[in-house]
Amino acid sequence: MLKIISVYGTLLLTALGRTLLLALLGLFFACFIGLFFGIMGVLKNRVCNVIAQIFVDVIRGVPMIVLAFFVYFGMPYFFNTIIGGFSISLSALQAGTICLALNCGAYMAEIIRAGILSVDIGQMEAARSLGMTYGMAMRKVVLPQAIKTMIPTFINQFIITLKDTSILSVIGFPELVNTAKNVQANTFMSFQTWAIVGVMYLIVITILSRSAKVLERRLNVGR
Amino acid sequence: MADKSIKKIEVKNLKKSFGELEVLKDISTDVYKGEVVVVIGPSGSGKSTFLRCLNKLESVTGGSIIVNGVDITSKKIDINKVRENIGMVFQHFNLFNNLNILDNLTLAPTQLKKCSKEEARKRAKIMLSKVGLEDKAESYPNQLSGGQKQRVAIARALCMEPDIMLFDEPTSALDPEMVGEVLQVMKELAADGMTMVIVTHEMGFAREVADRVLFMDGGYIVEEGTPEEVLLNPKEPRTIDFLNKVL
Repeated sequence: MLKIISVYGTLLLTALGRTLLLALLGLFFACFIGLFFGIMGVLKNRVCNVIAQIFVDVIRGVPMIVLAFFVYFGMPYFFNTIIGGFSISLSALQAGTICLALNCGAYMAEIIRAGILSVDIGQMEAARSLGMTYGMAMRKVVLPQAIKTMIPTFINQFIITLKDTSILSVIGFPELVNTAKNVQANTFMSFQTWAIVGVMYLIVITILSRSAKVLERRLNVGR
Repeated sequence: MADKSIKKIEVKNLKKSFGELEVLKDISTDVYKGEVVVVIGPSGSGKSTFLRCLNKLESVTGGSIIVNGVDITSKKIDINKVRENIGMVFQHFNLFNNLNILDNLTLAPTQLKKCSKEEARKRAKIMLSKVGLEDKAESYPNQLSGGQKQRVAIARALCMEPDIMLFDEPTSALDPEMVGEVLQVMKELAADGMTMVIVTHEMGFAREVADRVLFMDGGYIVEEGTPEEVLLNPKEPRTIDFLNKVL
């Protein structure tokens, strides 16, 4: 075990860094996707509701590994060969980010939609009765209250997304799991390798959830 | 007292359905400047729906509502501009739970650029002292009693300097000992000449403050007139029946 740490430690830490980078990029874009489709889901407009629901259903209904292959191999093939005239190629990082953003975004959309619906309708009505627009009322009154109820679910989703980056080893992105596979192949020490990798995930996720708890407590001060 | 030369609200043949359910069948009435109109009636009679149509919180199915000369049922008007002049007070107060009392009062005026932050805060403090709660500016809604919340809600509406105020059962969710303080604020408002439409079950208040009482049942205005006429000498059997039950 010590041998793996001394020889491959830096390599694994770099890979962990890439895992975190991928997760952060994915989460960053997922927030926008989630907010967009989450709000589409609560608008008083049938068409918007249906579009949001279809997006969520499609993404939720497809395993992420299939989504990964589809984005990484399928999309360039579609544009370059089936339609023709394009020469698109996605790096594993780009494809991975798109996958995570779509996948996590769909779940975030549902979290945001449910969070907004959990705020009493009277809050919106009171804001509108004062002459505020729908957007103002949403930004200043409804969303701030909704976000508080969403935080625990958000944290849960962040952790799931961080772990989901391991699925993207299948498209060759050199994140932690992919790198560990190589380490195992070189050393044949599978028990030690995967134990180390497991502990690395565990440490990062524990730090994340502990600091999220602190954040949650801070935001609830005075309420 | 009402100024019969200026109509603030004109309701003509108002109809409102929720799907199959026809809640308002044919409502026509006018509200004059400075008039206090109290709407009474059994639950399910459409009084709250009628009130919510007046600032278009409910879209209407038919007929027209003209507020300050503007037909608010028209699709072309900017309803937000119209609402700036119509304050509304709700049964469940609906104070913004994420903001303290002062911010509750200043949010809409500053967002809608009616005045600077400074002015808004100054006016908010005046309004708070008017309802007797100047010491609660920094509190949050969940730290107030029901009566205090409702007085803040009235102050919040007044900060937009509306010329019409709508009250949707403002005392129905209050403990009995807090009803008086809210009604007192409303009485002062009426004495100041505010045009008010009030849905309430407080018959004593109606008798004392109303210029006109509307009795609604089954989606129609069944009877209307001065408090003496409607509350003391009702003519319609349905009004007599209702008053017998509540008085």
